[in-house]
This record gives sequence, C-alpha cells and structure tokens, in this order.
Amino acid sequence: MNMPATKIEVETATPAATAAPVVAMTPKRPPRSEAYARMARETVVRVIPPLVVIALLTLVWELVCRRAGSALPPPSKVFKDTKELILDPFFDHGGIDKGLFWHLSASLQRVALGYSLSAIAGIALGVLVGQSVWAMRGLDPLFQVLRTIPPLAWLPLSLAAFRDGQPSAIFVIFITSVWPIIINTAVGIRNIPQDYRNVAAVVQLNPLEFFAKIMIPAAAPYIFTGLRIGIGLSWLAIVAAEMLIGGVGIGFFIWDAWNSSHISEIILALFYVGIIGFVLDRLIAGLGKIVTRGTATS
Amino acid sequence: MTAYLKLDHIDKIFTRGAASTEVLKDINLTIEKGQYVSIIGHSGCGKSTLLNIIAGLTTATTGGVLLENREVNSPGPDRAVVFQNHSLLPWLTVYENVRLGVDKVFAKTKTKAERDAWVMHNLNLVQMAHARDKRPSEISGGMKQRVGIARALAMEPKVLLLDEPFGALDALTRAHLQDSVMALHQKLGNTILMITHDVDEAVLLSDRIVMMTNGPSARIGEVLEVPLARPRKRLELATNATYLKCRQRVLEFLYERHRFVEAA
Repeated sequence: MNMPATKIEVETATPAATAAPVVAMTPKRPPRSEAYARMARETVVRVIPPLVVIALLTLVWELVCRRAGSALPPPSKVFKDTKELILDPFFDHGGIDKGLFWHLSASLQRVALGYSLSAIAGIALGVLVGQSVWAMRGLDPLFQVLRTIPPLAWLPLSLAAFRDGQPSAIFVIFITSVWPIIINTAVGIRNIPQDYRNVAAVVQLNPLEFFAKIMIPAAAPYIFTGLRIGIGLSWLAIVAAEMLIGGVGIGFFIWDAWNSSHISEIILALFYVGIIGFVLDRLIAGLGKIVTRGTATS
Repeated sequence: MTAYLKLDHIDKIFTRGAASTEVLKDINLTIEKGQYVSIIGHSGCGKSTLLNIIAGLTTATTGGVLLENREVNSPGPDRAVVFQNHSLLPWLTVYENVRLGVDKVFAKTKTKAERDAWVMHNLNLVQMAHARDKRPSEISGGMKQRVGIARALAMEPKVLLLDEPFGALDALTRAHLQDSVMALHQKLGNTILMITHDVDEAVLLSDRIVMMTNGPSARIGEVLEVPLARPRKRLELATNATYLKCRQRVLEFLYERHRFVEAA
C-alpha cells in the first residue's frame, strides 16, 4: 500500500527528472486529486496511531484520577485549572507572575547562551584532543572523570564563584552539555581518513584551510551527534538549575506551582517542557542533516 | 639520458618499538621527462611506500628524491597523486574537488575566471564536465577516478603519480580508463609514474617497467624497456610479438624468479 503512494509523490515532486522518453510512453499521469488523496492517506496512517494511544492514555488517566481524594488531578481538571495560562501565555503582572511564554523564553535564552558557549568550547577542545596525541593523553582522563559529575553538583560551586543565579545557571548548562560535544568531536577528528589528509598535503592546504575545508566537514557527522546529545542534556539541566536559582524560568515556575499546590500547572509546564525539548532535538538533527549532506556516504 | 626525476639510494626502514623492518633497500631510478614508467611487484613489496616517498607523504630513511636536480621531501602539487581509492572529498561537488587544488596552486598566477576555465578545461579532458555539480556519491567508480585524474592534472604537476589508479575498477571500465590515460599522456606529454600489479596494464601503458623483488628489503630487480611505438592500440597489440615478449618477460620475473611467498 505504501509503495505506489511514494512513487506518485516522487513524480509530482520532480517532473523534470521523469521527463525521460520511457515515462512519456505511459498513459497520462493520474489526476492531481488522486495524488493528494494518496498523500492524505499516508499522513493519516502516520498520525492516527499516536493520536489513538494518546487518547487511550488520557482516558485511563481520567478514570484513575477522577475519584474523590485522588492525589493528582484528572486531565479534565488540569485543563479547567490552566485554561487561562494556556489561552493567554503573554501576560506580565510584574515579578515572576508572568505568562508561560515569558518563562519558557527566559529558560530558552539561558540554554541558548550556555549551549552556544559549550558548542564553541566543545568543538575547539574536541579538535585539540582529536588532533594532538599529547593533548589527548593529558586531557582525556580529566574529561572522563569530570563528565560523570551530575549537573546540579556544579551549581553550588558556580554560585560561589559567580555570586549570581543567572551566570551560574548558564555555567551549569555549559558544563553539562560540553562533554558529549568534546568527546564526539575528538572521535570524529581521529577518524578522518588518511586519504583526506594526504589530499590536503598534496594540495598544500595551510592549517587554517585544513581545519575549515577538511577537518570540520569530515568530522561533521560526529560533531552533530555530540551537539544533539548536548542540546538534550542542557534542556534537562536547565529545569533543575532554575528550580534552585529562582527568578523567571520554566524550572522555577514548576517549583513555584508545587509550593502553591497548583498541581495542574505543573502538569501543563511538563507538557511544554517535553514539547520544547523535542523541538530542540529535531532542530539540531535537521541542521545536522543539512550541513552533513553527502558527507556520510562517500 | 637527462634525469628529470631521480631516486637516489633510497632505503626505508619502519620502526615499531624495538622491532624494525627494512621495506626498501637501495632504490635507484632515473626517469626522463615525458616518460611513462610503471613500477610492478607483488603486494606488500613496498611499491606504495616508494610512491609515498616520491610524493613526500612519507620520508625515506636514507637517500632522497631529486626533481629537476632539487631535493624534494615534503608533499606538493608538483608531484600530484591519483590515489587508488580516488579520495575525492564527499562533501564537495566534482567541480569543487578539482577547484580546491587549482585555487591553491594558481592563487597568484590566475584570476578567478581563469581558474574556473582551467577547472572546466581539465574536467573536459577526462570527459567529466557534464557532472560538474554532482557529488562523488552520485557518480560511478570509473567517473570518480576520472575526476581524481582531473584533480591531479589540474595542478600541472611535473610528475603525475598514479597509485594503482585502476585497481578498484571492473575490467571494462579499467580498459576504458587506461585508454583515456594513454591519450592524455600522448596529448599532454606528462611524466608519469604508475604503481600497478597488472602485467598487461604495465606493458600497454609504459615506456619502462620497473620490476621489484619481494619484500622485506625490496630492491629493483630488473628494468624493462618497452619499445612499442605510440599511439598504441589495445587490440593490435594482442598479437604483436614485441608486446608478447615484454609481457612474457614481466611474467617470468614475477612468477618464476620472484614468486610471491606467503608471509611465513
């Protein structure tokens, strides 16, 4: 059932490629409406199963939590309690009494800053460790120990160092996400085929050109694996860090809701955290796909 | 005989920890300008090591390489290499792969437009201009090797080094590409040094065939002149007495006097 649908999709997408004489001999193309119907069917096949599962889970949740005295609210109550938050994410009553949009954007800004720093430092250190045997011997044991330290264990230390919540949170993001970027970049650099190095040598690329034209593209698939793990970890870390440092941010929003016993708000926030984490992951994966096109297959 | 490329008493010893292996011993060879020379030998005899030494990718333990009476010991575009497995950069298009070398070599001597024209000229020489915007993964093995040759030619090397350039290709593509290389040699008059393990290929293409003994401590066992007029035609040579004699001579060397012994 899937096969003919895919075929049609290809035909409509690239009419130029199918203009070969062989195709011209076939009777006229199926009408557009039919093609759309098939595409719609394909989409339905993908979208329906998760929707059914979600509906079933919601139903079970509703049934379990509906009875009186239940510790957690059922979905219907969650929706009723948080309707205002959902419908108006942009309100700002000063202090930390803001709409969810502002909380999420504050968290995202911290992640963006911390993650950018860790991407730059991670790739730079990864290149160093991957390229130089002595740097690897010196630094690798250190990395292997440091990377096992849980993100939140760094927080008190960074609070002591920075004496402020904001840079501490950013530092925690940085220190959490930098390790997989370093390690994957180093592996990628170490795995650059000798052939590419020979080509660069014969052409006489200078170190800077070698870095930009050979090293980075050749290691890009590995680097993006590291970046993708890194973005996931930084999103994990930010919620925990914000719970402790307070202020505007989705982490503290959750903690605040718990302190005020607004369980429904916590559930709504978790929903948003999950969706955004998913989107961030896909964003990096998509970026990697664009950048590394052609690299993976030689 | 004027020496254009000269290999002077080259020894190569690989040392790993305390153990050391002598791979090449006392290699002497002079190559004239415009000559096509093949180096043939069993696998593991160090022919690729020798080519890497000439290319400057590894250094000889003793002895040296002279190109136009100047010693060369680092890689450079004057000794462009066509690698066995094409070694095109997969993230660049066919055009960009050739352009990479051209941009470096002619950075000061050619304008942008001239460099562009030069890249296209070289792609045309190997009949690959039609695929200029394709990536290596989108073209066949023979086509990749053509682009590899174009990349090397475009650097205007003094010596073109071919490292088993047709080894990874099927027989028909190989024959086709051999004809192309012969035609290019005829047309451009490059000095070419080719590593091969194919006897027919060596006799068909070369002016001289350098036969190497088995390693370790491989030496040049014999040098055979191939006195066949150019242009050579594959089909006519199949019955040519000189061709057959040369072929016989190389086969005897490889399979009787220096038979390949499995590493014991």
